[in-house]
Amino acid sequence: MLQHYLSGNEAVVEGAVRAGCRYYAGYPITPSTEIMERISVRFSEIGGVFMQMEDEIAAICSVIGASWAGAKAMTATSGPGFSLMQEGIGYAAMTETPIVVVDVQRAGPSTGQATRVASGDIMQARWGSCGDYQVIAMCPWSVQEAYEQTIGAFNLAEKYRGPVLLLTEEAIGHLRERIDAVNDIEVFDRRKKPGAAPFGSEEKDGVPPMPTFGEGAKVLVTGSTHDSFGFRRTDDPLVQDRLVSRLNDKIANNRAKIIDYEDYYLEDARVVVISYGFTARSSLFAVEALRAEGREIGMLRLKTLWPFPDDLKNMIGPRADVLFVPEMNKGQVAGEVRKYVSCQLVTFTQTNGEVIYPDTIIEQLRRYL
Amino acid sequence: MSRDMQQYLRPGITSTPFCPGCGHGILMGLILRAIHQLELNTDEMLFVSGIGCAAWIPSPHFNADTLHVLHGRAIPAATGAKMFNPKLRVMVISGDGDLVDIGGNHLIHAARRNTDLTVICASNMVYGMTGGQMSSATSIGAYTQTTTQGNPYQPLDPCKLVIAAGATYSARYSVTQPFALITSIKKALQIDGFCFIEVLSPCPTQFGRYNQLDTPVAMVRNLMENCIARKKARKLSPEKLKGKIITGEFTNGAD
Repeated sequence: MLQHYLSGNEAVVEGAVRAGCRYYAGYPITPSTEIMERISVRFSEIGGVFMQMEDEIAAICSVIGASWAGAKAMTATSGPGFSLMQEGIGYAAMTETPIVVVDVQRAGPSTGQATRVASGDIMQARWGSCGDYQVIAMCPWSVQEAYEQTIGAFNLAEKYRGPVLLLTEEAIGHLRERIDAVNDIEVFDRRKKPGAAPFGSEEKDGVPPMPTFGEGAKVLVTGSTHDSFGFRRTDDPLVQDRLVSRLNDKIANNRAKIIDYEDYYLEDARVVVISYGFTARSSLFAVEALRAEGREIGMLRLKTLWPFPDDLKNMIGPRADVLFVPEMNKGQVAGEVRKYVSCQLVTFTQTNGEVIYPDTIIEQLRRYL
Repeated sequence: MSRDMQQYLRPGITSTPFCPGCGHGILMGLILRAIHQLELNTDEMLFVSGIGCAAWIPSPHFNADTLHVLHGRAIPAATGAKMFNPKLRVMVISGDGDLVDIGGNHLIHAARRNTDLTVICASNMVYGMTGGQMSSATSIGAYTQTTTQGNPYQPLDPCKLVIAAGATYSARYSVTQPFALITSIKKALQIDGFCFIEVLSPCPTQFGRYNQLDTPVAMVRNLMENCIARKKARKLSPEKLKGKIITGEFTNGAD
């Protein structure tokens, strides 16, 4: 086990390298740029391919091309760049291309505050591209977790064949912490099966094996509606229905295996804070301070945001009657919570480009204790 | 298509989706003849295309790895595959709207990087698949669904554009010049670096019928009359060159 002192952005790079990422394409954008800077250096050391492209659209499309050529491939960006990448994310979902996209979230809309923090891209991550598709999105709260979740993102991308999004925030990207580079993390490699249909699965999990370009498989890849061998069938309602259903089901039906969370003091908690990303650090501080006063409060920390835990009511503990969701956006996760739980929901939203301090959360929570 | 070429077509393909009189089928045959004459192993080739009629030339027809991507993004996708696996021989085949309009920035920067790609731009001077709107290759005065008073804008010359950006090879031919075009494609496939060929391809359905060229024969004849070799063009006055399309190699890496 090696100890490092890294920023969140640097930890993402180390996680990617550990997971076997050997292709990166990107376009500079604050506050994600340290990722492309560090990976350009790391790849020159270990023999990966780094490309600085002309825009974010080119970056994600070249990542998709490299993935089909056999690479574990990644790009990283922030708010406006993430918007430009949305069509590529939809294409990766439709063609079942494993890619990892890191979005170091900053305050928007539009150019907004390039150097300031937010978590305003949660819904963009879920619904940014056209049509019905599913993505997997993870949300680290520490530098250590940025490292581990990057490895996890590559594993999930290969396992479920699609885009996996790592939604970090400026505050995590630029935070420096000590991390332990654990060596025994499992790394999942691409499943190949010569002759098998690359887009139609008889497997239980709905994920077909994936061939690689240049190996004689004569793969036919298209973002248009296609049958199990990749032939365009754009006027066939049955093929469209079967494809779109499978693309959604392969994520939705494996929800339980994908969703990751942590809970704190939920056995007796009447007030439950649901938190994620950097805000969860402040939330936990607040919860522990209030518990020290003997308050019946607990916390659920979401480590993955998409697919959203539809089993939320069984995750918030037996006594929960008030849910408190603090967010650096206008209530994007709170809206999802409302879909699955019927008890009282209190939101606290802050979109001023600053992190939410523990004191602010404590002050808000006192009203319900 | 002749029997020799059959081996390059994906099993099960019996016809092309192109309209009567479309030049893309001719271009498809010429690309395959160039590959055949060079005796290339198509297992080591990747064909990338964007969106539009021309993007259907390789996908699904070619019996090789084919990647049919988003509108305008064939070149970046091809760049990713080529850069990760340099052993792949990567050819991009798409249209003027896809490669030069929506994908223009990628075209410039791939030429600047001089990435080892062979890019074939099948130019029918119109957005065919969406019903015939003006593209950057539409000539001044031409009638399309979005220029019903005649196109007020001058067309863009992608061959000059890629040379300015740093391409190794740049040429233009028409499908009415099949032998010169095969030679050009063969050269482009063998030269290291960014190779670009604009191929003029008639579209009687969406372009010709609004421009007094409403039969396949009229369109082909028009191309044959207007295409003029670079060498000949040098001797002509600017008045005589008006409306002519200059064909040939504009740079070939050796000049």
